[in-house]
Amino acid sequence: MFMIEKAIPRTRAYTLWLAGLAAVILAGVACYLRQLSQGLAITGLSRDVTWGLYIAQFTFLVGVAASAVMVVLPYYLHHTKAFARITILGEFLAISAVTMCMLFIFVDMGQPTRVLNVMLYPTPHSIMFWDMVSLGGYLLLNATIALVTLRAEREETAPPRWIKPVIILSIPWAVSIHTVTAFLYSGLPGRPLWLTAILAPRFLASAFASGPALLILLCLVIARLTSKPVPREAVDKLGVIVTYATAVSVFFVLMEFFTAFYSGIPDHTESLRYMFFGLEGHAPLVPWMWLSMLLGAGSLVLLLVPRWRRNDTLLAAACAMVFFSLWIDKGIGLIVAAFVPSPLGAVTEYAPTLPEAAISLGIWALGALILTFLYKIALSVRSGSLLESVK
Amino acid sequence: MIISRQAFLRLSGCSFLAGAARKLKAALAPARWAMVVDPAACARQPNCTKCITACHQAHNVPSISDSRREIHWIAKEPFDRAFPGQEDEYSRERIAPAMVLCNHCDNPPCVRVCPVQATFKREDGIVGMDFHRCIGCRYCMAACPYGSRSFNWQDPRPFIHNPNPDFPTRTKGVVEKCTFCSERLGTGRAPACVEACPEKALTFGNLADPSSPVRQLLASRRHIRRRPELGTGPNVYYLL
Amino acid sequence: MRDRGLIWIGLAVFLALLAFPAWRNLWAHASAKGPEPVLPKTEKQCVLPVEYMKTSHMKLLLDWRDAAIRRGARDYTAPDGRHFAVSLTATCLRECHGAKTDFCDRCHNYAAVALPCWDCHQDNNPRHPFAPSARDGDASPERLAEVAR
Repeated sequence: MFMIEKAIPRTRAYTLWLAGLAAVILAGVACYLRQLSQGLAITGLSRDVTWGLYIAQFTFLVGVAASAVMVVLPYYLHHTKAFARITILGEFLAISAVTMCMLFIFVDMGQPTRVLNVMLYPTPHSIMFWDMVSLGGYLLLNATIALVTLRAEREETAPPRWIKPVIILSIPWAVSIHTVTAFLYSGLPGRPLWLTAILAPRFLASAFASGPALLILLCLVIARLTSKPVPREAVDKLGVIVTYATAVSVFFVLMEFFTAFYSGIPDHTESLRYMFFGLEGHAPLVPWMWLSMLLGAGSLVLLLVPRWRRNDTLLAAACAMVFFSLWIDKGIGLIVAAFVPSPLGAVTEYAPTLPEAAISLGIWALGALILTFLYKIALSVRSGSLLESVK
Repeated sequence: MIISRQAFLRLSGCSFLAGAARKLKAALAPARWAMVVDPAACARQPNCTKCITACHQAHNVPSISDSRREIHWIAKEPFDRAFPGQEDEYSRERIAPAMVLCNHCDNPPCVRVCPVQATFKREDGIVGMDFHRCIGCRYCMAACPYGSRSFNWQDPRPFIHNPNPDFPTRTKGVVEKCTFCSERLGTGRAPACVEACPEKALTFGNLADPSSPVRQLLASRRHIRRRPELGTGPNVYYLL
Repeated sequence: MRDRGLIWIGLAVFLALLAFPAWRNLWAHASAKGPEPVLPKTEKQCVLPVEYMKTSHMKLLLDWRDAAIRRGARDYTAPDGRHFAVSLTATCLRECHGAKTDFCDRCHNYAAVALPCWDCHQDNNPRHPFAPSARDGDASPERLAEVAR
């Protein structure tokens, strides 16, 4: 029923890839067991900076998960034929990303054995409750949609009628998961960097840039690995989406700068100053933030010129730059800098420790493993090509 | 004595009802606990930390030397740190430090965000902490605009040097903060910090009672609160 | 039947795993003696009827916990009219059951039901107030006796 047998390794390269991922996962598990026994003291977190690498990865990956809507919406609502073969890849990417999100939340918890309390004591006035609900629902939605459509494709029949409303539901649901995640941050009176109405729009714009960028990279990689042609039209259209989303995302960042620095209000400027110039001699994030800005601007240059955007090498470079730029900005930048300065004006630096990084890498590797399995199943149904239909 | 299950349930239900009735009477006139801090009185003994010591000893708060991981329920902060933006280079108040602790806000952001209601607003105004339910997500710490909360990054017990046998410790992975000594209020005692202050700089009382010492202080002296513009409604007042 | 050797070995491993509880307990000289909690010396009447306490004491403790923490109700009136202060260490241990190693651990170790209570609550033992909980690795009778001393 789940076509898992299609994911069994049959080539040496594939086995090596899985073995490598397994090694990283095991290292992460070993470090997590240490964290379970010693507590979160093995991370770089502190009384002032209480959220760091784990929550940063979660925030970024919710965006990647939500980006599946960027292929689902054009295909199912506007019948963009080019995306016919790509929607399954977007949905599988969403499944992998949401799983990683939930794992990152889990490893960040101080008392993970009590995680079911969120279900036992539902709290509608807490956004975190709704975050759990929306992420869980999105996982279920995408898993159902992907499974049903892929199975129908394998049986060479049309998918059942009831899947259509489920797919339509996934579109606003995708927007909602990232809006709810933004609401986690944008309603807190004590964190001025987050207390901005533009946070949810920023999240969505960066999601629709980074997610499709990753999808393009995955399409290019799959085409290379299977020695089959790149789905040209789909990649071109995705490229346009990434371009517009990156442009909007950069624009939103500039809007934040204007409001903060033109008004001059210390609450608004201090965290940004910490990120880009340093505060009271502490400037660990400064090189990262400028790198993120450089990559973002550079990627826009590559993307805005159609001739360059249609060149696969330059497109891959631009997509990687978008992905990495937003990973820095939305992850470490946004999450950590909101805690500096602290409510009592203290500047406390944060840097992830080795175990913290190992656990994070382990979760990324698990996500990559899930993605590998799912894509292998999808490709096997299509006899290895993204474009070929089964018959 | 053999008791049937129904009889037992009836009896225990009645006993809880009796307790609830007593609470109902109190609920008709609920307390609103608050604290008034007099930084000038506190400054008369510049290096005194008796309130901090009393609180931390009474509640088994660990003393962790690493300042990044420290846990404190009450602390002494310079005036410009406790009241950012309210000082100028000519203020006299900037030399008097202020004791900062959980403000037990009327509209607490921490309660709003807790996904399991491990922190909750009681009828008597105290923002309580249920250490049994806390999942350690630290969302409340992100939400608190005052930096009042601490997290147990590791097992606190090795760092408790003089344990108080009459109060539990906490365990690793939960958030903790001042609870206005709710375990002492029931027996009519004032909070540990209030009792310990040699200058009587801390006053605790019921805002709903017009004759309480806190009401009298607030009526007679000018006072401010920390970051009132955020709408949290803090219940710790600072006399000017 | 090239695999005869493998099959015999596999069978032997399987049987060994199956019989694990038996030979492990024999090797550890584990006794089948039931739990022997030390009953309170002064109090003869439980907070609630003994049968109820035996089956549902955890429910009473959870009710006490929520009443004290979440509603501030720290005085409990039993059906027979007696008053109790709602406190695990002060009432349950100090007034009646002594140290947890004398009472709680006896049954909980036997039944291998781990208790998180003692991660926070203190034992009524002036030498070892932070007694190891039953799930802290070594909960053998020797270790517990050493802690109780």
